Amino acid sequence: MSLETSASAAVIEAVNISKSFGPVPVLFSVSMDIRPGEVHALIGENGAGKSTLMKILSGFHDPTSGQIRLDGKSVSLPPNGASEKLGIVLIHQELNLAEQMTVEENVFLGRELKSHGLLDRKAMRAIVQRHLDEIGLGISPTDRISDLTIAQKQMVEIVKAVSRNARILIMDEPTAVLTEEETEVFFRQVEKLKQGGVGIIFVSHKLNEVKAIADRVTILRDGQWIDTRPSKDLTPDLMAQMMVGRELSDLYPPMDEADVDAEVVLDVRNLVAPSVRDVSFTLRRGEILGFSGLIGSGRTAVFEAICGLAPIEGGSVRLFGREVRHMNVADARDAGLAYLTKDRKEKGLLLDKKMRPNLTLFALPKFVKNFAIDTKAEETALKRAIRRFDVRALDEEITVGKLSGGNQQKLLLAKIMECDPKIVIIDEPTRGIDVGTKQQIYHFIAALAADGVSVVVISSEMPEIIGICHRVAVMREGRITGILSGDRINENEIMRYAAGLKREELH
Amino acid sequence: MMTASDNTATSKPRRPTVDLKTLGPAVALLILCIIGFLLNPAFISEGNLTNLLTRSAFIGIIAVGATFVITAGGIDLSVGSMAAAIAGVMIIVMDGAVETLGTGVPTVLLGCGVAVILGIGAGWINGALTTKGKIEAFIVTLGTMGIYRSLVTYFADGGTLSLDFDVRGTYRPVYYDSFLGLPFPVWVFIAVAICGWLLLNRTAFGRYCTAIGSNEAVARYSAINVDRVKTLTYVIQGLCVAFATIIYVPRLGSASASTGVLWELEAIAAVIIGGTVLKGGYGRIGGTILGALILTTIGNILNFTDLISNYLNGTMQGLIIIVAVFLQRSDWKLAGRGKS
Repeated sequence: MSLETSASAAVIEAVNISKSFGPVPVLFSVSMDIRPGEVHALIGENGAGKSTLMKILSGFHDPTSGQIRLDGKSVSLPPNGASEKLGIVLIHQELNLAEQMTVEENVFLGRELKSHGLLDRKAMRAIVQRHLDEIGLGISPTDRISDLTIAQKQMVEIVKAVSRNARILIMDEPTAVLTEEETEVFFRQVEKLKQGGVGIIFVSHKLNEVKAIADRVTILRDGQWIDTRPSKDLTPDLMAQMMVGRELSDLYPPMDEADVDAEVVLDVRNLVAPSVRDVSFTLRRGEILGFSGLIGSGRTAVFEAICGLAPIEGGSVRLFGREVRHMNVADARDAGLAYLTKDRKEKGLLLDKKMRPNLTLFALPKFVKNFAIDTKAEETALKRAIRRFDVRALDEEITVGKLSGGNQQKLLLAKIMECDPKIVIIDEPTRGIDVGTKQQIYHFIAALAADGVSVVVISSEMPEIIGICHRVAVMREGRITGILSGDRINENEIMRYAAGLKREELH
Repeated sequence: MMTASDNTATSKPRRPTVDLKTLGPAVALLILCIIGFLLNPAFISEGNLTNLLTRSAFIGIIAVGATFVITAGGIDLSVGSMAAAIAGVMIIVMDGAVETLGTGVPTVLLGCGVAVILGIGAGWINGALTTKGKIEAFIVTLGTMGIYRSLVTYFADGGTLSLDFDVRGTYRPVYYDSFLGLPFPVWVFIAVAICGWLLLNRTAFGRYCTAIGSNEAVARYSAINVDRVKTLTYVIQGLCVAFATIIYVPRLGSASASTGVLWELEAIAAVIIGGTVLKGGYGRIGGTILGALILTTIGNILNFTDLISNYLNGTMQGLIIIVAVFLQRSDWKLAGRGKS
């Protein structure tokens, strides 16, 4: 470690932490320290050991060797979130709020204020209101959590932490599900917390954000500590290289020119559906069409309607030249149209099941022989999928919930591809996965298109839309405001259409 | 294309794991049988074992249907009342048909046909109300449970519906006669169990039930017609109730408001003791059958001994249910491995 990370200034410090789960080592002598009032980003590929290190720093796991120092003194952190009493709060990626209770009830859950043995609602409400005002969050203590947006829920988690006098706030990918605007609001909160002397550990795959908000950055790779540096000495490119350990110049694959004369495989005219007002576009064979726009602009809704997951209320959809109406998901699949959800944990995979039933679920009719499921064919398919998509699991018998995010995403991709679709819609193909897996997925999409499959990529990450798409449709409030191609596919232009500053008349 | 450049997937030798969860019900049944034998050696007499199997057939057949409903994340509380209502209508129809069809086999076949149609219909109503009506299964079947129960009371005018004496003579062998040494109800039980096992473990339909119970949204996004599969589970349940009723009616030849009382709870108990998860996503037909046998065996043993009053049958069953679920809860397999 360098001199500037001297222990005296640190609130909490991990010294030479190693951790093994059974015979499997996950962390090798990793050290990291957090000072008051700093944002310390922790980055690394999926499986690099970030989650484990966070859990050790918050007492959810015990280190196998090494020590945790709190205010310079070696401590053993209490388990199961009890370290909150010491001022160390971990905010999980899956937020930990009781959906049916109010903001105030959530903030004080488990340490309610009482007077004369009864709940002192007035006092609690006043305290929560004060915190909400400080943050500048326009919600009331009496609002129900289930009525809030994800960003607001995240703020409530932060209020909860602050009201518990958190000194160290550990956040696991807090911005993964936030829009750009929401992210900005979130960053302003982080600034305030910093000024209040709170030390923040921030895990993110969005390296631009890391560059923007972090004071220092620690990089892990394969359970090893690679470096800790001030973020002003780093660029996003350099961070990515250090994470992966190799040059990443070929993150995006070389693109084949789109054949403008290829047949139109999907022709959507004046589509109206829930959250979709009037959408028209065409998709050609072998084309990669991007769908950009702010979250909630109706991108997902368009394709949920086309694929039979939501009702079509008006307009026409022509698939391979044939008008289709009232398709259900199975009809769409049989017609060669498959939708890959952005929500792999809730809508994509059965987390409590093994890989085999997950892989074949979407294309299961293909595996039926004499009314029974052909398990041998399933096994063969799994072996093939593991090879083709490079799914890395310690054991084929592992339940899917235990795979890392990147491997889950690859398995989900394999599941959808199992029915050999002619048109694939991939919603947020790389949400919450590491840069190495991202690269694999981009190359896979490009290879699909080269094979004549048409791909729709819905994404909130501008660079990937720009990096892999032939054309880009930009949506705003349920409508397509522009369809860009060639040189016009750039961040500025997309942003203008997404924000409603520009609109082109579409035929 | 992605190629595995450095494939870290180490293939461990797959050792056959002895799963206590799967083995548990079988071990419990074995222990019960040993206890029964020690208390009274007559327990393993052929007569008693046959009697035990026949008794467990009703609950067992219904529980096979319940395994599908519960695996797909539903619940059916109406089966006991449904059985009573079907039995009542069967008897009314058969008594009414004596004039035209006589007291022979055709009348009995008509009664059985009516039972099957009613079972399928009642199951479809439960299924349609839960899926198309979007009402929780617990509420729907709580409602139909009350409806069917009051219908049978109404048909019997508060008393008992009795089957025509001569028809009863024709129908009697279905419950009392044997084939290859096993009573007919046991054969029906075996047939239903085998069909159920194949359906749940070997077909796409069974896989779909499990997927829906595990996560309905994933099932929907995986091109599964969730409403149809869920409705079908209730139809299967109704069909199973019809089969159970068909073999139950000749036993007493009557139906009243007290027919089939608490069968729904015994069926659910058999399913849960057998290792099926109550919230869905994991179902075991073999376990269900063992569960049904366990429940009947307890009653049988209490009949054999003076140690515990026969009136405490319910207490013993209740204890077994709680212990069974408790044993499933504490993760035996994980205990040695440490948390991940």
